Amino acid sequence: MLIINCPLCGPRDHAEFTYVGDATKNRPENSDNSNDNAWYDFVYLRDNPKGLHQELWQHSFGCRCFVKVLRNTLTHEIIATGMPKDNLILKEKGLELSV
Amino acid sequence: MFRFQSRQQQRLDDGGQINRLAPINFTFDGKKFIGFEGDTLASALLANGVRLVGRSFKYHRPRGIYSAGIEEPNALVALRSGDRHEPNTRATAIELFPGLEAKSQNRWPNLLLDYLQINNLLSPFLSAGFYYKTFMGLPGWHFYEYFIRKAAGMGDGTKFKDPDKYDKKHVHCDILIVGGGPTGISAAVTAGRAGARVILVDNHPKLGGQLNGERYFLDKKPAHHWVEKCVEELDGLENVTIATRTSAFGYYDSDVVNAIESVSDHLPEPLDYQCRQRLWQIRAKKVILATGATERPIVFSNNDRPGVMLASAARRYVNQYAVKPGKKAVIFTNNDDGYKTAFDLVRSGVEVVAVVDSRKNIPEHFEKELNEKDIEVIASSVVIDTYGYFGLNSVKIGTLSHDGKTIESNSYIVSADLLAVSGGWSPNVHLYCHSGGKPVYNDSIEAFVPGELSQNGHSAGASRGSFSLTDCLQEGHNIANTMAKALNLEVAEQIIPETDENTIVPIEALWRVPGKGKKFVDMQDDVTESDITLAHREGYVSVEHLKRYTTLGMGTDQGKTSNLNGQAIMAQEKSEPIEKIGTTTFRPPYTPIALGPLAGRDIGLSYKHTRRSAMHNWHKQNGAIFVEAGQWLRPQYYLNEMEQPSKENMDKAISREVQTVRTSVGLVDVSTLGKIDIQGKDSAEFLNRVYTNGWTKLPIGKARYGIMLREDGLVFDDGTTSRLDECHYFMTTTTSNAAAVLSHMEYYLHVQWPELDVKVTSVTEQWAAMALAGPKSRNVLSKLLPTIDVDNESFPFMGVREVDIEGVPARIFRISFSGELSYEINVPADFGELIWQRILEVGQAYSIRPYGTEAMGIMRIEKGHVAGPELDGRMTAADLGLQKLLSTKKDFIGSKMMDREGLKDKNRPRLVGLVPVDKKSRVKSGAILVKDPTLAPPVPKLGHVSSSAYLSPTLGHPISLGFVSGDIIETTKKIWAVSPLHKESHELEITDPVFYDKKSERLHD
Repeated sequence: MLIINCPLCGPRDHAEFTYVGDATKNRPENSDNSNDNAWYDFVYLRDNPKGLHQELWQHSFGCRCFVKVLRNTLTHEIIATGMPKDNLILKEKGLELSV
Repeated sequence: MFRFQSRQQQRLDDGGQINRLAPINFTFDGKKFIGFEGDTLASALLANGVRLVGRSFKYHRPRGIYSAGIEEPNALVALRSGDRHEPNTRATAIELFPGLEAKSQNRWPNLLLDYLQINNLLSPFLSAGFYYKTFMGLPGWHFYEYFIRKAAGMGDGTKFKDPDKYDKKHVHCDILIVGGGPTGISAAVTAGRAGARVILVDNHPKLGGQLNGERYFLDKKPAHHWVEKCVEELDGLENVTIATRTSAFGYYDSDVVNAIESVSDHLPEPLDYQCRQRLWQIRAKKVILATGATERPIVFSNNDRPGVMLASAARRYVNQYAVKPGKKAVIFTNNDDGYKTAFDLVRSGVEVVAVVDSRKNIPEHFEKELNEKDIEVIASSVVIDTYGYFGLNSVKIGTLSHDGKTIESNSYIVSADLLAVSGGWSPNVHLYCHSGGKPVYNDSIEAFVPGELSQNGHSAGASRGSFSLTDCLQEGHNIANTMAKALNLEVAEQIIPETDENTIVPIEALWRVPGKGKKFVDMQDDVTESDITLAHREGYVSVEHLKRYTTLGMGTDQGKTSNLNGQAIMAQEKSEPIEKIGTTTFRPPYTPIALGPLAGRDIGLSYKHTRRSAMHNWHKQNGAIFVEAGQWLRPQYYLNEMEQPSKENMDKAISREVQTVRTSVGLVDVSTLGKIDIQGKDSAEFLNRVYTNGWTKLPIGKARYGIMLREDGLVFDDGTTSRLDECHYFMTTTTSNAAAVLSHMEYYLHVQWPELDVKVTSVTEQWAAMALAGPKSRNVLSKLLPTIDVDNESFPFMGVREVDIEGVPARIFRISFSGELSYEINVPADFGELIWQRILEVGQAYSIRPYGTEAMGIMRIEKGHVAGPELDGRMTAADLGLQKLLSTKKDFIGSKMMDREGLKDKNRPRLVGLVPVDKKSRVKSGAILVKDPTLAPPVPKLGHVSSSAYLSPTLGHPISLGFVSGDIIETTKKIWAVSPLHKESHELEITDPVFYDKKSERLHD
């Protein structure tokens, strides 16, 4: 029953979106032997934070854009949305990272 | 008009909100009765003098009508019959309709003679947890459980399919008002005048709420005048929607409230165009919770007999329904409600023997009317016990000792057939709790009230503990204006009508009366005071545990009348304040709801989309038997005109189709394959990252097969992609992964590599696709395209041509799934059927035949091509024999993880062909491969069968594809396939996965 503000389409019901996952993981640039841990982290490690979390949703039944969502996992409140490369935590300065 | 009166012996001659000119026939337990329009089933039963309506859950005690609303714990009946039969409906909430059929529940053989009433005599043993304590330790719990569960319980469901339709609607508003009582109406008038978009929902057939059940005067006129005036005004406002018979049952995130509208439950059956119920999903900016309060009982011995009811219910029966719930009444109260009840009953001709008030002081302002009506008040006293097996006949009254823990010895018995009880009112905080709020205890009203706000749902009136009518009206107005202001609307005026109510004298908590005998706390679940004290003695300290141990509040009424009493008794036992004990969590639904409206129309064929190809109608008219492939319907095989569907004819048809393709030419509909259009100057680079093999050198006019991995290095999907132009590619995916592959690529383009100039678009439905396959396919194609060279040099294997087929633009890909010379022809979907028919026409000279998914599947198994069952997300490229497609010259998705030790293990199961040793056994796909089927478990699994062709017409025997551990392939030639569930085992020979044309000469020439 959430409303997600798609940066391209405006506020839409979350039924139009598909949850993708944790948006805080960065894909390592290359497949060197030097970055095994970075890859392991990107592919497998996911936190389950209580409180603020940045996650990706795809607007599957809309513009198909990937939307970054800053959501409070405790209250389900959506604090901010943006494009995938946006840092929503910095954008929402003043908000602490944990509740 | 009084013709019907004779049979409704408890009906008053006048008054009430019923239509005496509209009599309604109904039956209860097969007996015929008459009620009036405006009645509920409960009021009509009471009018006819029916007091016994059911048996209790556990002890099978006779029970009657306890309330006049949705909180009813006792009067649960089975409504209607046949496919509309509905168990456990509350007689107090069912509007009477012509021909209504109701039956009592939980009794056998009938209501008066119920064999299981023996449980009542055995009840000293049947305490909380009795069955588990007694039987769980013994062997054979599963044997006992059946009989225990049969003895307990409620009505039976129907086994028939629901004949009714259900709808859903999504609505938006500025202010949603839940509850159409005085608070809700007042709020709606103000919000409506302010210009807000308002939705007012109420679960009754008409607005008024508590005003309908009381004798209030507003501005010196009976309250219904004010209600009617307000409704008239609201009806005239375009921005206000009133939804009656609509019950808000849950408050969810983002201020979404769901409600069920009973569209035709009050009719014998829905009219042709009507649904039975409609789900409203209401998204509101602000919500006013004007959900009122529920009266609660007092716990004393035998407080459950038919004839004992809530005081407010007794008032509602005389005031709204003009029914006398008894002839001689005793009223037991700890608050002012008892007096109102006494006055209303006397006014309606019920003899009131006494008002038993547990408080010491009688409110002074009642004295005048008490004297006028000659009502005796017994202060500092309580009802100790009741008598009368099938219905109340007398009541024992006594004086409470100073500490409230014992009864003085001066108790006495008076005769009465109605005992109206009021233990105070509990605000309906359910929706507030659903919204995330935590209720807090309020000493002055002895009940939980809403605490801090969690969402935008504000409680007002009785639901926040304001029990005076003036407060309700004022609060509704105030909250609506506050919200209007917050929504930047003009604040509206409303003159709050003057009421005639007295000041309220505070309640003095009385949760239970000392004494022996069964004292019911939760009547629906037969939970008694002693169950709670037992739970306390056994060490249950949390109210949540108490609930689960005793089942307090776990019935269909969710403990609306019992929760607080149970918690208060627990608190007394623990000598702790109630606020410390806390309350259990309220969860949706507020009232029981049917599953129908949740599903709405999304049932049967409408449960999911059905996708049909552009050639569907042709298939249908030409003998196709369809099979579901995801959402798609695909021709599985085609029967001849003379053939009836049967197993033999299916085998015959499939063989015929395979042989035609292998020897001549066939045509198959492959429109379901995922098709993705890829454009942009970085397309080649993008494909290079998405696929495991190299793509930068693919020339225009050529196609290439490729596989994609996931980041974890396992195979995701396969398909061919063709270069149509410098920056324009066309990708095909497997049917089942079409959507997933698109999302996968979009993710990388949007999130990881936004710098790449590439656009991907699904064009699956824009193109109809068909594969022309077989040694004669080139002949057909050349006839179809007389001006184009289609010989092997001009149009080689993996070549792509954009052509014109008799004026229709087409893309032709020389690719093959069947292992034969083959052309995949794509045309715009609108021309699909036309070109399909044209090809069949041209192909007649070569005995062309359409073929279905079965023949296609058999041929790809013969050829050893992997498909969905092999690409199951657990396989590496090497497992599938596709390791040569892994480029070592570039990074691609999955290239980092695919080289992990476990994925490179030589002993991983890898793709093999499997042939039954007897050359005829049909091995099920999914069968497990083991060394020896006779071994005792646990038997090590050596692999599995992924795809099976029950008969390869080309080879003359069944074949399968499967996966077998590398070390087994090296050392063994034979293996067993077992399907323990089907009790099957077959010995198989391990072979090469390519059974047909190992050198692929047929598709290259």
